[in-house]
Amino acid sequence: MIDTRPTVTAAAGEPPRDIKIRTRDVSVFYDDKQALKDVSLDMADRAVTALIGPSGCGKSTFLRCLNRMNDTIQGARVEGVIELDGENVNARSVDPVALRARVGMVFQRPNPFPKSIFENVAYGPRIHGLTRSKAELAEVVEQALRRAGLWDEVADRLDQSGSSLSGGQQQRLVIARAIAVDPEVILMDEPCSALDPIATAKIEELIDELRQQYCIVIVTHSMAQAARVSQRTAFFHMGQIVEIGRTDELFTNPKEQRTLDYITGRFG
Amino acid sequence: MTDRPDIRAAVQKRLKQRHAAERRFRLYGVLAIAVAVAFLALLLGRIIEQGHTAFITHSITLDVPVDPARVDPAYPQGANYDQMAAEALMTRLNIDAADPDNARAVRDLLSPDMGFQILSQVRENPSLIGQTLTIEAPVGDSADLFYKGEIGRDVPEDQRVLTDRQIGWFDQLEDQGLVEAHFNTSLFTRSDSTQPETAGLLGAIVGSALMLMVTALLSIPIGVLTAVYLEEFAPKNKLTEIIEVNINNLAAVPSIVYGLLGLAVFIGWMGLPRSSPLVGGVVLSLMAMPTVIIATRAALKAVPPSIRDAALALGASRTQTVFAHVLPLALPGVMTGAIISMAHALGETAPLLMIGMVSFVPGVPEGILSASSALPTQIFIWENAAEAAFHERTAAAILVLLVFMVVMNAVAIVLRRRLERRW
Repeated sequence: MIDTRPTVTAAAGEPPRDIKIRTRDVSVFYDDKQALKDVSLDMADRAVTALIGPSGCGKSTFLRCLNRMNDTIQGARVEGVIELDGENVNARSVDPVALRARVGMVFQRPNPFPKSIFENVAYGPRIHGLTRSKAELAEVVEQALRRAGLWDEVADRLDQSGSSLSGGQQQRLVIARAIAVDPEVILMDEPCSALDPIATAKIEELIDELRQQYCIVIVTHSMAQAARVSQRTAFFHMGQIVEIGRTDELFTNPKEQRTLDYITGRFG
Repeated sequence: MTDRPDIRAAVQKRLKQRHAAERRFRLYGVLAIAVAVAFLALLLGRIIEQGHTAFITHSITLDVPVDPARVDPAYPQGANYDQMAAEALMTRLNIDAADPDNARAVRDLLSPDMGFQILSQVRENPSLIGQTLTIEAPVGDSADLFYKGEIGRDVPEDQRVLTDRQIGWFDQLEDQGLVEAHFNTSLFTRSDSTQPETAGLLGAIVGSALMLMVTALLSIPIGVLTAVYLEEFAPKNKLTEIIEVNINNLAAVPSIVYGLLGLAVFIGWMGLPRSSPLVGGVVLSLMAMPTVIIATRAALKAVPPSIRDAALALGASRTQTVFAHVLPLALPGVMTGAIISMAHALGETAPLLMIGMVSFVPGVPEGILSASSALPTQIFIWENAAEAAFHERTAAAILVLLVFMVVMNAVAIVLRRRLERRW
């Protein structure tokens, strides 16, 4: 049997972590088609949770529930409980716009705005009114770019278009843009699938640094990546969670046959 | 490929056929373009051939003594200045003024514009009465056509509008250096007139400009916002589907139907002034709106969804996303659609006929409520005029209209190039 009510257990030698996002029995329907069935998963603060599974297994759908991006898809319906710090994000009182400022998101393909590098990062703080002055805004932009490990590469060309950067730089720019609004959670939807191995390595390094401060949830196709960057992994299949566990345990000693088949490359 | 020679031969044969088909298709394409270009060249060539002469006109400079015995300073407009000008010309050419046939024939040479010019000078300055004024005025329309060589000398006298005697006078005037050819500025500085030599397009150009302003101010904001709402905000359901289908249908409604609607609703029911650029502009904006909406929606659809996701995921509201990111990216397409639909509206004639913009308006319209004509209807009016000199002006007016359209389309292309951004 799968343990459907997992608690966040610490890896050996690490203190137990607080639960940042708690989901119970989350189901998602696109019109009448059910894309996600009764998913219950806890995601720890200051840790990386990886969601793996074959294409169409619902992991991206689940990710989009966490910042209510499914609201933007017509005909999408979300059931179940999703709590951020104990507060139901689907409650009427929760404004999705405010929620998304707390839960940032990075997409599969780098999608910088066709504006300057500075404007890309400054847009979020600006719409939320996070800064009082131009100097303060410049400070926030610099901090975000530094934390995304991009500052040294772009410091002298902040007024150039964001799309003039390489794919890996664009993806780090997009991460800087997400960090700039000071979120608590960063969702990443296959952030490296469009990147070459060197750019991927840089992003993974960055993820490892960012986890000191944020709750990170990453969807990935690459099991090696999940093994490298995450502390906990959930294996999705056919819209359901098959197995949740500490990453090292799930990859070395899976409890489920389907997990074993997937991670050994028998399907997916 | 394969080792079997029969199959290999068949493949070779098929390959040849495929290449032949490709060459044939390219040939058809070149032919189609050649035919299209030929038709266009024929059409333009014909209009230019007919219209280029209208850009040149001839004027006559004449010293006209203002006879104090015939002008009442209290009522200067009562005097016959045309007669005075004709007499001055007869004196100059040594023509027997006593013969009434001569007097009439001489007046054909001059434009009534000369008489108007004398009147306006005398009215402004009554002390000119009794003095001799030097007046430069267009020659009469037949004389102008003659100097341009459009009335031939070798045509038998009974088949042309000018007599041999009149032609003799023309030669005399030319020999004396009184007649001068120059660019026809009055085509752009004067408005419609019953006399072809003084008829210009200014009133029509201003009328068209006012009308287009009304059209642009109404159709572009309403059309763009409609498209933004339908594309970005409206739920996709049966109702919006019906609205969408109907907008597409509206784009195909014959323009004269809009004219009828304008006549019935704006003039008949709302009582707006007939023949005014306001009514014309409102009717044209109804016509242009579906095109603007369709072009804007297409442009919005072409904006990659990842841009919307990016802004929404940062916590931008839907409106912020649309107006800060999606619409700016769609702007080149929106502008192109809007300008092309404006160019289309500029050339539209049928609805204007229905709302009375074909009336004879000799002045420049003062505002969007005063009676006015428009470029296409001015062409329509001139085309129906009897005087031969109006025909070349019709062609010239068509050329002016075409130039305006080419300029608008060029602006659309430049704007698109300028604003286009890669993502």
